[in-house]
Amino acid sequence: MTDKAIQGEKRVFMTGNEALAWAALAAGADIMYGYPITPQNEVMHYWTRMAPKYGKKFLQTEDELSAGFTTIGGILAGKRAFSATAGPGTTLFQEPISMAEMMRIPLVMAIMQRGGPSTATVIYSQQEVNMVTYGGNGEGWRVVYSTATHQELYDYMIKSFNTAWTYRFPTFVLADGYQAKMREPFVMYDPEERGIKMVETKPFVGLPGVPGVDRPAAHLRNTYSVEEELYEALMPIQQEYEAMIDQVVEWEEENVDDAEVIILSHGVVSRAAKAAKNRLREKGYKVGYFRPITLRPFPEKQLQRVAAKCSNFLLIESAIGQFARLVKEALFNVPVSRLETIYKPGVGFTAEELVEKIEGAC
Amino acid sequence: MVNKLAMPKSWNADTKPHKFCPGCGHGIVLKILGEIIDEVGIQNRLVFGVDIGCSLLAWDFFNVDTVQTHHGRTTPVMVGIKRANPDLLCIAYMGDGGGYAIGSQHLVNSAFRNEKIMAIVVNNCNYGMTGGQMAPTTLPGQKTETSPYGRDPETMGSPTLGPEMVAAIAPAGAYVARGSIGNVRQLKRFLKKAVENQIAGNGFSFVEVMSSCPTNWRTNAKQTWDYVEKEMSKYFKTGELRTPDEKREA
Repeated sequence: MTDKAIQGEKRVFMTGNEALAWAALAAGADIMYGYPITPQNEVMHYWTRMAPKYGKKFLQTEDELSAGFTTIGGILAGKRAFSATAGPGTTLFQEPISMAEMMRIPLVMAIMQRGGPSTATVIYSQQEVNMVTYGGNGEGWRVVYSTATHQELYDYMIKSFNTAWTYRFPTFVLADGYQAKMREPFVMYDPEERGIKMVETKPFVGLPGVPGVDRPAAHLRNTYSVEEELYEALMPIQQEYEAMIDQVVEWEEENVDDAEVIILSHGVVSRAAKAAKNRLREKGYKVGYFRPITLRPFPEKQLQRVAAKCSNFLLIESAIGQFARLVKEALFNVPVSRLETIYKPGVGFTAEELVEKIEGAC
Repeated sequence: MVNKLAMPKSWNADTKPHKFCPGCGHGIVLKILGEIIDEVGIQNRLVFGVDIGCSLLAWDFFNVDTVQTHHGRTTPVMVGIKRANPDLLCIAYMGDGGGYAIGSQHLVNSAFRNEKIMAIVVNNCNYGMTGGQMAPTTLPGQKTETSPYGRDPETMGSPTLGPEMVAAIAPAGAYVARGSIGNVRQLKRFLKKAVENQIAGNGFSFVEVMSSCPTNWRTNAKQTWDYVEKEMSKYFKTGELRTPDEKREA
């Protein structure tokens, strides 16, 4: 048995689910709790094959509720614990995620979006944006990284553990079935060798000493008796969330300075957007590209800055306005000349169709 | 004035008198549990998980690390902790709604997997915290807010027999018993054996406690005891249903 799953840098060609399992190993994750659902299954398949070799654990639970709450248990015990799910599983996971938000439990999850609503398809969509950003009976106290490439799956899975354990908000890698199942090359690495220090984990319960004698007992709750008591508990969380935004928010932008139209997209769809932008630029069209990487917190100021230069937007997503809602909220009170949308729920985009669309409009 | 000398050492004196209704059985169960924590000496390695429902009122009851979870979800949180750190002792404390209705899948599957935790279901035949609705354990004919004409087994089912269910499915090493607040010596013996079974790491440990809810039953002291000892005992039999030495087919 060796301590380090990955030594040095290694160029590999594998599926996104495999990349996530390797990233969790590289990040020093201790235990995964999970329940089968397509297209997330191979995260578990690879984890269960590799985990015992590195002294890691796995528990297959009876459902996603249990997967979420056992993951919370693992974190309370001080372990770098995580889970992964999709679609109807993400629906069930809202309950434990909500508890993690309220109790500031650094839950880490990969969400591989599939078609919705209901059972829909096991293949692909971007229809879990509402649920992952603002799901549950709460205020959306989450960090959501929407990835586009396998390199990002690997990078942001590692980063998610550090974000979660630094700020104590549930943190998500939001991807999809296309990213889960396709193979592509990327570079695996040991984070420490790249100067990325993994944030230390700390138990919430079971610290040394007798509670009430040597140390205070941990009395962890999510229930409050009266309105004002709840208000007092919630407002500091909101303030801490807001204070974190500038450190956490991430986005990608290209060719926005002289753009006459800017394509807005997120996740795997942004690959088509970027490719279309590049091809149209070669043809002389002034097309720009803006992509939030964090959907929560949303790069609001950054998008507003871009809109001040060019606010002729084409927004594309594999859902009916879930991403658009976040964009519209970010642009509220900002002059926008045009926001055209293409909604394709459960269906992907190609660069070709976007080139044709924009070329035809110009 | 609360007499601190009468309290188990592991009780959190700052939160006494406790928050349960007068005549509620929780106080008795938690008194016994406190004594066991003291006697066995596990205050420093115990994680106490409390469910939603009246059990949540125990979130600061002990000077013991305590996690209040969601309705029915205390069992998986305790399972998650135990799996991650087997040195800790985990007790999931819940009502009959949390154990046998909304969280039944967790109870059943934790028993199947022989999770090395302990679960306590306090059975008072109704949902107390929400105002006295019908529970899985409501007796036939019993009137509740959602069975105002009495529970009709034809359309509303019969009382869930939790320990019998768990005893039927748990692998070797499990400990399963049903006690009553009407017999505290026996109840203490059962709860202590369950705690010791977890310490030994034999398997799943489960105790149901027949308890009282005078507030929602609308009973006085005598009627309350009669209900526990004469009515509930018609359906729920006290005793040990499984001991860890019992052989089971794999």
